[in-house]
Amino acid sequence: MTVIAEKKALTFQELLFRLQKFWADRGCVLQQPYDVEVGAGTMSPDTFLRVLGPKPVRIAYAQPSRRPADGRYGENPNRLYKHQQLQVILKPTPDDVLDQYLGSLKAIGIDLSKHDIKFEEDNWEAPTLGAWGIGWQVMLDGLEITQFTYFQQCGGLDLDPISAEITYGLERIAAFLQDVDSIYDVIWARIPATPPRSVTYGEVRHLEEVQFSVYNFEDADVEKLWEHLRLYESECQQLLSRVSQQPEDLALAELRRFPVLAAYDLCLKCSHLFNLLDARGAISVTERVGIIARIRVLAVGIAKAYSRMIARTA
Amino acid sequence: MADLLLEIGLEEIPARMIAAAEAELATRIEGVLTKQRLLVAPGAAITSYSTPRRLAVRVEGVLARQLDMQEQLTGPSWKAAFPDGQPGPAAQAFAKKAGVAVAALEKITTPKGEYASALIHRPGRGAEQVLSEELPREIGALSWPKAMYWRPNKPERFVRPLRWLLCLLDEEVVPLEFAGIRASNVTYGHRVLYGERPVPIPRPAVYLAALQAAFVDADVASRRHRIRKALDAAARIVPGARWREDEALVEQVTHLTEWPTVLTGNFQPEYLALPEEVLVTVMRDHQKYFAVEDKQGALAPHFLAVLNTQVDAEGLAIIRHGNERVLRARFNDARFFWNFDQKIPLTGRLEKLKTVTFQRDLGSYFSKTESNLRMAKAVTAAVSAQGILVDHAALEQAVLLAKTDLTTELVKEFTELQGIVGGLYARAQGLGETVAQAIYFQYLPASVDDPIPAAVEGQILGLADRMATITEMFAIGLAPSGSKDPFALRRAANGVVKILAESGLPLTLTALETIALESLPRARSGEGAGSLGVFLKERLDFYLREVRGYAYDVVNAVLSTGLTTVTDAIARVQALTQVRGSDDLVAISTAFKRIKNILRQATEKQDGESIAGDALIEPAERQLYDDAARVAPQVEALRARQDYLQALECIATLRPAIDGFFDQVMVMAPEAHLRRNRLALIASVLSDFSRIADFSEIVPG
Repeated sequence: MTVIAEKKALTFQELLFRLQKFWADRGCVLQQPYDVEVGAGTMSPDTFLRVLGPKPVRIAYAQPSRRPADGRYGENPNRLYKHQQLQVILKPTPDDVLDQYLGSLKAIGIDLSKHDIKFEEDNWEAPTLGAWGIGWQVMLDGLEITQFTYFQQCGGLDLDPISAEITYGLERIAAFLQDVDSIYDVIWARIPATPPRSVTYGEVRHLEEVQFSVYNFEDADVEKLWEHLRLYESECQQLLSRVSQQPEDLALAELRRFPVLAAYDLCLKCSHLFNLLDARGAISVTERVGIIARIRVLAVGIAKAYSRMIARTA
Repeated sequence: MADLLLEIGLEEIPARMIAAAEAELATRIEGVLTKQRLLVAPGAAITSYSTPRRLAVRVEGVLARQLDMQEQLTGPSWKAAFPDGQPGPAAQAFAKKAGVAVAALEKITTPKGEYASALIHRPGRGAEQVLSEELPREIGALSWPKAMYWRPNKPERFVRPLRWLLCLLDEEVVPLEFAGIRASNVTYGHRVLYGERPVPIPRPAVYLAALQAAFVDADVASRRHRIRKALDAAARIVPGARWREDEALVEQVTHLTEWPTVLTGNFQPEYLALPEEVLVTVMRDHQKYFAVEDKQGALAPHFLAVLNTQVDAEGLAIIRHGNERVLRARFNDARFFWNFDQKIPLTGRLEKLKTVTFQRDLGSYFSKTESNLRMAKAVTAAVSAQGILVDHAALEQAVLLAKTDLTTELVKEFTELQGIVGGLYARAQGLGETVAQAIYFQYLPASVDDPIPAAVEGQILGLADRMATITEMFAIGLAPSGSKDPFALRRAANGVVKILAESGLPLTLTALETIALESLPRARSGEGAGSLGVFLKERLDFYLREVRGYAYDVVNAVLSTGLTTVTDAIARVQALTQVRGSDDLVAISTAFKRIKNILRQATEKQDGESIAGDALIEPAERQLYDDAARVAPQVEALRARQDYLQALECIATLRPAIDGFFDQVMVMAPEAHLRRNRLALIASVLSDFSRIADFSEIVPG
């Protein structure tokens, strides 16, 4: 229909391929999405835990991110309960990291000489994770396509070296490239059959948006959610209390066996349950502050335990 | 004379921080050059530049070498240094420390005695060497509202990672290093239009031109001008249209671009059915677009976007299409939220406020609303008693619903529209204009330049909301201190003062404080510097000085007589400002200061001492007594009518009597009864005529 609606605009999955290839070519390990509910790619242990400590990391992965309160029953063309991020972590940060990032835009077919790109201040903060960073939202022709963050603190711990986190909003970028007004109209894949056929984002995900909106806003049993939250929290606390009893000179093999990664999964469960309760409008003012603090205590405890383990095993 | 250029190359600096950083860098460099004797005051020209990716300063007229300097060092006392006239160990040590021969020590005489002294000659060092030592320190000392680490081992914090340094003294690179980067003679151009190629700068004078050729306009004023011109030109595409002036937005986009151009975009006229406030907020706050208005000032279906690039027609079409697409999505959202929000009217949202946090210890906006209501009712009772007409029912409903828009999707999306959205919804839901306007304008004045709500219901809501916040925050120990004011309580109190000043509501700050303390169960009265009363008085003082521009001594003179209404304080300050220059008033102020000093130094107790008429033996004291007795009731009558100018002029007529008294009468007479009587006389003059203002606070000149 217009100048940018080229026939050959990347499909949703091609967009992901290109970005993954781009970062793999620059030394990133391609990880698969984490399989516990998270609100953002940052919460995956591949970011939350790997940014801790001195060990260099280059990793990239797509991460479905669930935000129950953002669900719109599949009726809003721009808002989703679950969206997909492509997350890149670079530690330490290369000096030309922004140029590399601009290179990734070229790789997905964006000719910057025909677009307007701006880096606007946008600092990121996640109170439940005790994490924050400094950075920008990257605006392309007025559209926020990426969040770029230099992590400063995670799990309440000061980071050194600093990691750069690049988070691409895949739906938005795909809708932009394909010039469609609704995310549900994004072409997810072109099937090379005869005749050729396309599969849209809506076909792949719309039902999920509808049903999870219904569940999150209407059906989720508040009492059970609270109960789940208590169970996950207590199990996580249980593990963390064992950490605090570990002797300083615990044998390395024992330290490596200790399931701090499992404790982190439990913490993620708590975080997701909190989001669900929030979407249900079940959290009062006094409870809210308290729960955020409780989850933060878990995240901070896990970050400490993990840091200690990697420091000893380095 | 040499020409110095320093450029700091960075990843994109936040727009809001650039202007201050550019100015600070220029000040620092001027400071260090002066301190290092590299700058001779007249003749030097300092220019500074900035873009999102650079801060630069150029100084023309830098000395190639520091001026030589002689310094006289003072050492131990002469006697200690030269016992028996021969140099002792103290002289040896001092000479060594000063770097001179013992024989070169001289005797100098100071008011404290004779000392050993050394004259030191400090030859100037080359500018290059000095700068390479000093400039990195100045760069590192720049202050940033928010800074970050980026290098391993975290050697320095800075606003964003530093990527290059350029430092030239004429054609030579000054060898300096900061954040692991060595200065060179190259800079970099526009990220996209020029790419990653270095731009050589052979000498400082060509800096701007070389950057221009690399698609960077480093001069902020020039960029601002360019943007304004381009906005004008872009708006002309639509006949009769103008872009809506927005200085803050012009500043913001100036600091977001290195090579600005302007694009005209359009949106479907159907969106004009949404409230203008919503459309403008989306365009300005979320997209940084300028709104366009037609001849009548109504919003037109266009927008102007400032780009950080220059593109051909094809590129322009692509960028326009992209921006229009984003705006359409945003407007669609806004329309969706508007319609969605109407499913639950404001009146059905009060309960939902229980889940919205106001402040951790103060609980939800539901309990905040309860406080506001108590406060508003008490204020209404107080002003109604003074004959002010208030629509009680409308006010009560406005207070109850004032915060309910916090639960709407539209406000969750556009938080800056809180209050405004509530007002718009109240109107759309038929709650009446009084309720709608009170809610709509509840956050006015947000700054000292804003108007106050026009209707009394809005004024009372504004007062009640702010006073309840301030009082309850104070009660839980969150009073502002020093530069810390996280809840913007000073701004809230400025709003209280401004509403009182401009509404003319018959309330004193003290009355408002009392109402707050009595009507809010969570309030706690405090004393001393942290108390509510002192805090409110400080804000009144601030308002009179900083907003109204009155002299500090006049303000002090009026405020030290105790608090009346804000409007009354203004009337007194105004009258006093008019007469303060007159000779009579200056004389009276001097005399009152003298009276205060005498009374303070006198050992006699002065309270309630009456004046014995028969002890007034000198004509001059009799005269003062008579004049004061005659003038006092006149002044009181004028004061009661708030005719302060007349009252002050009346007081000024006392001058001859006061002058005569001090010329001819000795207050501290040796006779105890005369002394006591005269002290009583001047004490009564002071208290009778200090009710409008404490003249002793007036600073002559």
